[in-house]
Amino acid sequence: MIREDFVWMAGGPQGSGVDSGANIFSRACCYGGLHVYGKREYHSNIKGLHSYFHVRVSPNEVSADVDRVDLLATFDAETVVRHIWEVSPGGGIIVDKNVLGIGVDSIPTLTPTFRREFQRTLENRGAKAETVGDLLNEVKKNGVRMYNVPYMGVLKDVADEIHEEKLSRLTRMINVLALGVSFGLVNYDKVAVERAIRSVFGDRPKIVSMNVLALEKSYEYAKRKFGDDFGYKLETAPTKEERIFLQGTQAVALGKLVGGCRFQTYYPITPAADESEYLEENEILELAYGENNGSIIVMQTEDEIAAINMASGAALTGTRAATSTSGPGFSLMVEGLGWAGNNEVPVVINYYQRGAPSTGLPTRHGQADLRFAMHASHGEFPRIVLCSGDIRECFYDAARAFNYAERYQMPAIHLIDKALANSNKSYRLFDLGLVSIERGRLLTEEDVKGKEYRRFEFTESGISPRIPLGTPNIIFWNTGDEHDELGNISEEPSNRIRMVEKRMKKLDLADKEIPVEERINFFGDPEAEATVVSWGSPKGAILEAMEKLGHEGFNINFMQVRMPLPLPKDYIAEKLGKARKKIIVEGNYTAQLAGVIREETGVAMDYFVLKWSGRPMSADEVYEALRLIMQNKAPTRQVLTHGA
Amino acid sequence: MALKMSDYRSTYLADWCPGCGDFGILTAIQMALAEMELPPHRTVIFSGIGCSGKTPHCVKVNGIHTLHGRTLPFAIGAKLTNPDLEVIAAGGDGDGLGIGAGHFVNTGRRNVDITYLIHDNGVYGLTKGQASPTLELGLKTKAIPKPNLNAAINPIAVALAAGYTFIARSYAYDVRHLKEMIKMGIKHRGLALIIIQQPCPTYNDINTKEWYGGEDRVDPTTGKPVPRLYKLEETGYDGVVRSLEEAFEKYLAALTKAQEWGDKIPMGVFYQNELVPTYQERISKRIPNYLEYPPAKQPISDAEGKPITNVRKMLEALMVTGLEAENQATVRA
Repeated sequence: MIREDFVWMAGGPQGSGVDSGANIFSRACCYGGLHVYGKREYHSNIKGLHSYFHVRVSPNEVSADVDRVDLLATFDAETVVRHIWEVSPGGGIIVDKNVLGIGVDSIPTLTPTFRREFQRTLENRGAKAETVGDLLNEVKKNGVRMYNVPYMGVLKDVADEIHEEKLSRLTRMINVLALGVSFGLVNYDKVAVERAIRSVFGDRPKIVSMNVLALEKSYEYAKRKFGDDFGYKLETAPTKEERIFLQGTQAVALGKLVGGCRFQTYYPITPAADESEYLEENEILELAYGENNGSIIVMQTEDEIAAINMASGAALTGTRAATSTSGPGFSLMVEGLGWAGNNEVPVVINYYQRGAPSTGLPTRHGQADLRFAMHASHGEFPRIVLCSGDIRECFYDAARAFNYAERYQMPAIHLIDKALANSNKSYRLFDLGLVSIERGRLLTEEDVKGKEYRRFEFTESGISPRIPLGTPNIIFWNTGDEHDELGNISEEPSNRIRMVEKRMKKLDLADKEIPVEERINFFGDPEAEATVVSWGSPKGAILEAMEKLGHEGFNINFMQVRMPLPLPKDYIAEKLGKARKKIIVEGNYTAQLAGVIREETGVAMDYFVLKWSGRPMSADEVYEALRLIMQNKAPTRQVLTHGA
Repeated sequence: MALKMSDYRSTYLADWCPGCGDFGILTAIQMALAEMELPPHRTVIFSGIGCSGKTPHCVKVNGIHTLHGRTLPFAIGAKLTNPDLEVIAAGGDGDGLGIGAGHFVNTGRRNVDITYLIHDNGVYGLTKGQASPTLELGLKTKAIPKPNLNAAINPIAVALAAGYTFIARSYAYDVRHLKEMIKMGIKHRGLALIIIQQPCPTYNDINTKEWYGGEDRVDPTTGKPVPRLYKLEETGYDGVVRSLEEAFEKYLAALTKAQEWGDKIPMGVFYQNELVPTYQERISKRIPNYLEYPPAKQPISDAEGKPITNVRKMLEALMVTGLEAENQATVRA
């Protein structure tokens, strides 16, 4: 089993340390100079239901998940049952000896739907399996290697050494045992793993030393018991490059801080809340001129209605203000969004999509809110919508959103999704030099001296002078009603006609001014036979699939839409005009971006690759779907289903 | 240059019905601002939706006419990012106690230093007189087809329970009293609430000017009406909390007073407690130079438009390889 990349997976009940285990694994790999992409899947539950983490490791940058698992570290019986078929031939499964005798039927957290499908899978394979042990014997036939480990026995060794009488106090370390065995099997640098343990458990020396001991024991157990049986060595690739390892919510938060965000509101919601918590942890900011004079106020509000409106109130003082939410929260924000649009307030909304509608799949992936973000609210007003395709883009877009919002004096919605929010990835340190701050017509008292200040003055461009509340000698009015130049209520038709035009034409200006390079990423040969169009997190999977298909002689290019509103329609029309096969790839049922493009350009897609299972797209399934298209074997519409 | 009341009058036409209590409230606001000589640029009036929502347009200070029920979140956002602003929020009873009830309660938890006026007339005037959250059970005002099935909320009791630190009641037609209450509210260090009883001459034919004035109950000896409204300060009532020990006692006294309605309606300060830290003070505990460098006054870029926020430490904490990461590992080990 020699591959360039290696896929490790950990699974267990929520609360059993799947996340911290995966975090240690990922960091250990990062410390060894490897690149990591980690995908986190969890239930809307605190303790007990199944969760898992895929960690894909490679000497080269990794941007997507794949279908296979090379080494599966299970913490419990359910993980074996749920994921056993994902392990690749030649791959391995680490199992607690104690679970071998557990009957599949007796695992209470397996749902009826899962049980039915599981039975069908068994029947299709002509297999019989009553217990976890039977099941493992089935996959052994496919060349999957089994590593039975007496978790309790190894834990007993640890307990003896530290004179702990109650073994139950140590069962929290099962995740580290599974890790230790994993790293022992692939003979990885133990020092890097120790460092990862120290990093994750931080300043709790007792916990650190216990976990390091558990690592030691399990690592040695694996070496002693299994030797080189796994046949794969995970080698370090030392590097001097400055790299960071982070999840999407952190990238967004960092981008916002660098971009000058100083007021953030939120109401707790998955998966957006992580961003606000991270901001609050880092509320005191260092400014370039030395002292720690900077800070961001993070307000947890009573609901999302308060969140958006408090952010708008803050933006009126000239503060860069934002709110961060997911679909259900954004639904509540819609009236406030309209107010901000009508009063030309540059408020920023970081919108993390998840499985929807309603509560939908609260902790799962979704990408079906594009139309909603573009159209939410009654009436017509301009807004900017931008979508990040990976964690690095999350950083730059989060900063940029404020520039767009302030330059064009309108709300900016930054669309992110669960796959970006909760995945983590290693990157070369972001180049902060690429971030700039443009505040548009944010003026001072001096700029309007001697004139009556009119907040909504009619101008050629539609952009009016904006002055913060509290500026000496300046007062102004705002209202959600239609208003005159001063901001007072007006129902006069002639004013209404001009005021709507004034607001709407700012979008034309944005369309004209914002360079296409900030709105579209175009990858590959412009003359290629096929063009893939997408937005958001499928980017990584598409790029990987494209490269693989390229090696097989299929010439495909990829147009990633980063700004669906205003949509750079001429550019898109021109690019698509050259493609003989136009393929949309997106994570929803109705192909929303394809619809938007058709509406704006008249160009229709030829093929649709869609997914709404609540799981992100893997590079493998995108590759398969595109290959069928390139071989002229595909139906118009393919629905992707990978992911447990 | 001393500011006069006329300096706070805008040219915007107040389009309320003749006899509307909003005129009295508007005058009281302008008088209070003039007497306190609050600089218009530093003063902001936020309002919600309904007849009262138009108030800010009539005052020559900053005026932000927001959404139905959302006055308080907007006001808080502005105040916290620029604490130098003098923030007044004004809204109707439906606005604050119906659609905005969640904000009404949760604002009490924060004690942000703003002043909130509730124009309480018992009806939704601008939509033609439906029952508001303060209209009593069983009452049938002239615009509603059947008697009210909902009981009235007691805004003073709710405000007490929610944590408001200045709670007063006044009357739209007693402009002098109302002006004093507004001034006290503005001077109060913390969140001030003033419930303003306000007749709606068009839709509320029960709680009318005559009803508040007690014209239906003439004292046989004097031959004069016995007003329903009376002033707390004239009864020796003192709602001001001066030490932590008496806070609960004063709270209970205010809660008891808040139950009076109908025949006797108290006006004046029910409760005032400046011992509760304001939200700004709470922030300052965590961010020591917050008042000196609030969000609105922080620079975010240099002259070339380059960001000046240094996130290097946050990045170092995320760093896994490179010089800094190595250094960190050494320190930890």
